[in-house]
Amino acid sequence: MTDIAATAPAHGHADHAHDDHDHDTPGFFVRWFMSTNHKDIGTLYLIFAIIAGIVGGVISGLMRWELAEPGIQYLTGWAQFFDPAAGEVQGKHFWNVMITAHGLIMVFFMVMPAMIGGFGNWFVPLMIGAPDMAFPRMNNVSFWLTAVAFIMLVGSMFVPGGSGLGAGTGWTVYAPLSTSGSVGPAVDMAIFSLHLAGAASILGAINFITTIFNMRAPGMTIHKMPLFVWSVLVTAFLLLLALPVLAAAITMLLTDRNFGTTFYDAAGGGDPVLYQHLFWFFGHPEVYIMILPGFGIVSQIISTFSKKPVFGYLGMAYAMVAIGVVGFIVWAHHMFTVGMSVNLKMYFTAATMVIAVPTGIKIFSWIATMWGGSMTFKTPMMWSLGFIFMFTVGGVTGVVLANGGVDTNLHDTYYVVAHFHYVLSLGAVFSLFAGFYYWFPKMSGRMYNEFLGQLHFWIFFIGVNVLFFPQHFLGQQGMPRRYPDYPEAYAFWHLISSYGYVIMAVGVLIFFVNILYSLVAGKRAADNPWGEGATTLEWTLSSPPPFHQFNELPRIA
Amino acid sequence: MKSLKTLVIAAALSLGAVGVGHAQAPAAAPVEAPVAATAANPAPTAVDTAAPTTAPVATEVAAPAGDATYVPMKPTPGVGQPIDAGIDFQPQVSPVGEQAYWFNHVILLPVITIITLIVLGLMLWAMFRYRAKANPVPSKTTHNTFIEIIWTAIPVLILAVIAVPSIRLLAQQYEPPSKEALTIKVTGYQWYWGYAYPDQGIGEYVSKMLTEDQAKASGEPHQLAVDNRMVVPVGRQVKLIITGADVIHSFAVPAFWTKMDAVPGRANETTFTANKVGVYYGQCSELCGVDHGFMPIAVEVLPVDKWEAWVRSKGGNPAGPVAAVPAAAAPSPVAAGAAAPAATPAATTTEAAPAAAPAAAPVATN
Repeated sequence: MTDIAATAPAHGHADHAHDDHDHDTPGFFVRWFMSTNHKDIGTLYLIFAIIAGIVGGVISGLMRWELAEPGIQYLTGWAQFFDPAAGEVQGKHFWNVMITAHGLIMVFFMVMPAMIGGFGNWFVPLMIGAPDMAFPRMNNVSFWLTAVAFIMLVGSMFVPGGSGLGAGTGWTVYAPLSTSGSVGPAVDMAIFSLHLAGAASILGAINFITTIFNMRAPGMTIHKMPLFVWSVLVTAFLLLLALPVLAAAITMLLTDRNFGTTFYDAAGGGDPVLYQHLFWFFGHPEVYIMILPGFGIVSQIISTFSKKPVFGYLGMAYAMVAIGVVGFIVWAHHMFTVGMSVNLKMYFTAATMVIAVPTGIKIFSWIATMWGGSMTFKTPMMWSLGFIFMFTVGGVTGVVLANGGVDTNLHDTYYVVAHFHYVLSLGAVFSLFAGFYYWFPKMSGRMYNEFLGQLHFWIFFIGVNVLFFPQHFLGQQGMPRRYPDYPEAYAFWHLISSYGYVIMAVGVLIFFVNILYSLVAGKRAADNPWGEGATTLEWTLSSPPPFHQFNELPRIA
Repeated sequence: MKSLKTLVIAAALSLGAVGVGHAQAPAAAPVEAPVAATAANPAPTAVDTAAPTTAPVATEVAAPAGDATYVPMKPTPGVGQPIDAGIDFQPQVSPVGEQAYWFNHVILLPVITIITLIVLGLMLWAMFRYRAKANPVPSKTTHNTFIEIIWTAIPVLILAVIAVPSIRLLAQQYEPPSKEALTIKVTGYQWYWGYAYPDQGIGEYVSKMLTEDQAKASGEPHQLAVDNRMVVPVGRQVKLIITGADVIHSFAVPAFWTKMDAVPGRANETTFTANKVGVYYGQCSELCGVDHGFMPIAVEVLPVDKWEAWVRSKGGNPAGPVAAVPAAAAPSPVAAGAAAPAATPAATTTEAAPAAAPAAAPVATN
């Protein structure tokens, strides 16, 4: 499919459209606060995700700082930043607030907005040859709901949440810790924040599905769509089906908290485990929501820099569909120790392992795409290659954890932390960086600095591996998750892990230097800086694309 | 230290009480004498400092056999707790743990390592062989049905191979407990554990983390050491009935491959059989609030006679209703070795306590 020959929009058209609309390019406030332009909204999402990523990343830095040595060193002091009267208890509560905030921010306000809101908004219409999203106004509503949700979540850190300020329930918000276990408005605020973010995502999902189904350029059949569009389509369906379940689950939390219902309270006929089933029915598709667009981005990049169409296009597309479908029927592997029957556990073990098959198809197809290609190793390609390998590492530890019998020991230990950071922090985030470097010239009209990009990759790559690989060891030794302090035997690997964070942080710093430098002084980017390998429609437009593109629809041969 | 003293006092008191009922104290004394003579086991009050340091687990088993009082055992370095810069699982002392450890190390770990290396190797080779300089003209290949079938089928086969021992392990973990299993009720509280032995008549007692100074004083790792441990006999299956009092906690002991959530309003059941005397630590494994990280678990596995002494020190009856179970002679198949000789007499004796002490002697040879 990637060998799309766009016959229509020669640059004359695009530039012409640009000129036409220059005079009614809106003013600053209208353009950025009332936007209906998919590219501007995409940019807003990316900026938002970067800000949220900084907040979430600083929180994880504080956690690694505290964990670098055994004992509780700084928590009380940090808690006093929010509440001068904070003591040791509030300090320990602040730890739980940090793990909660880090998880929620990175999932809902960094990875999802960047992948779907940012790159999805920017490039789905461009790649299918559409002038904009199907519902531009709703697109804007999605973004601002997300922004308000984020403010709400950050705000929850300043109001009472039980033992201290903020919601200290973990991102999973398990009842009854989140109901009877956390008095005060913080958890309510966090739940409202999730409601808003969820509503925003559902609106976004509807928008993407409608756009992709109805606004493809003439000739672009569903089996000619670029894989990134496929990945966003599958993701949108996952969002649409999973998020209402989350909304229901956390609404019941709210009523349990405030109106005396007992959905999750055994004393009133409810069941705390019900919440976990509902949460993970959403939560497991959620992890694919975070990684599938990454699959799409990586597919585009591998193809571009191998100068070869994606190998096994249909297999790749339907592997994502399969992952999406199977992703809905494996949720209880997140709760293997909750006390379920052996038959249920056997089923979820088997079903979970099945996911390795379509995932394997994707990995092998990426390698086959490179096979016989003519590869160049520009920064986006490096991130994509890093993604493939790191995602493989995270994937195989997932196969270990899929075994209910083995998970008994590893459940809720650092092994799990290492596993999901390999697929997210080294998987999803690598694909985000890959996409960012890949499309930066298109979005900004300027080239990034190749040297800084490569430097960023290598330092970040080394950093995250030093950061997360030792956590497998900690987990195998028995170190539980969500602990602010630990027995001395764990000190060595915790210290190494914290060093890894510092290395990674240097890498991120280089990233920011690169962005700022390139935005100001980067070389002007050509329409297609990547050459013959980049065959999707966005490279037929100018860099940056005109404010409105494809006024005359391209025709796909 | 304070708690230790109280324990010893409590032990003495309860021993007296039990002794009256079962006329067991006199009977126990002669049995104890010869053993005590051979072992350099000091008087019970002094044990907390001297004995455990000089007596690592193996001799610990031998020395105080028949000792009528309970003294908390010192942990063995590297067993039942993490080790400095350790990378592997903790040594497993239960049959399920050994099985799971074998499964991970013989099947899972090699398989995932090989797969990862194959992916890495293929990637590196492709990067080298098909770099633009070496291969300026890319091929146009986009499909190869055969190879696509291969890389779908082979993972399926690998997963099928993994699934067999995986399912077997699950089945083993869920084997119904034997009738002789020792039942302990575990309750998770914010933020400590409560243990009760309903069959032995030991009401719930509370197990809290020792402070750093207390842990140092008793020679145990801080954040793992507790004041009152769960104490179980070696080789005998233990059935845990686990629940939570306030929020969800999770009872975990890595060395037994045991983890089960303590959910309010639910009684979760799990079993383990510890086949080696020692102290095994675990930590709460479900976020439960402020002191989630500070409610560790310590399980002390004792030879049968010492466990019985502990039960008596708690005011319980070691035989409990177990003795009433007729012909429960066949020991659980998993409780091999040391357990077998110990369990048999204990189960066949109706008056239990006095006879159990000599019967426990074979344990010492193990």
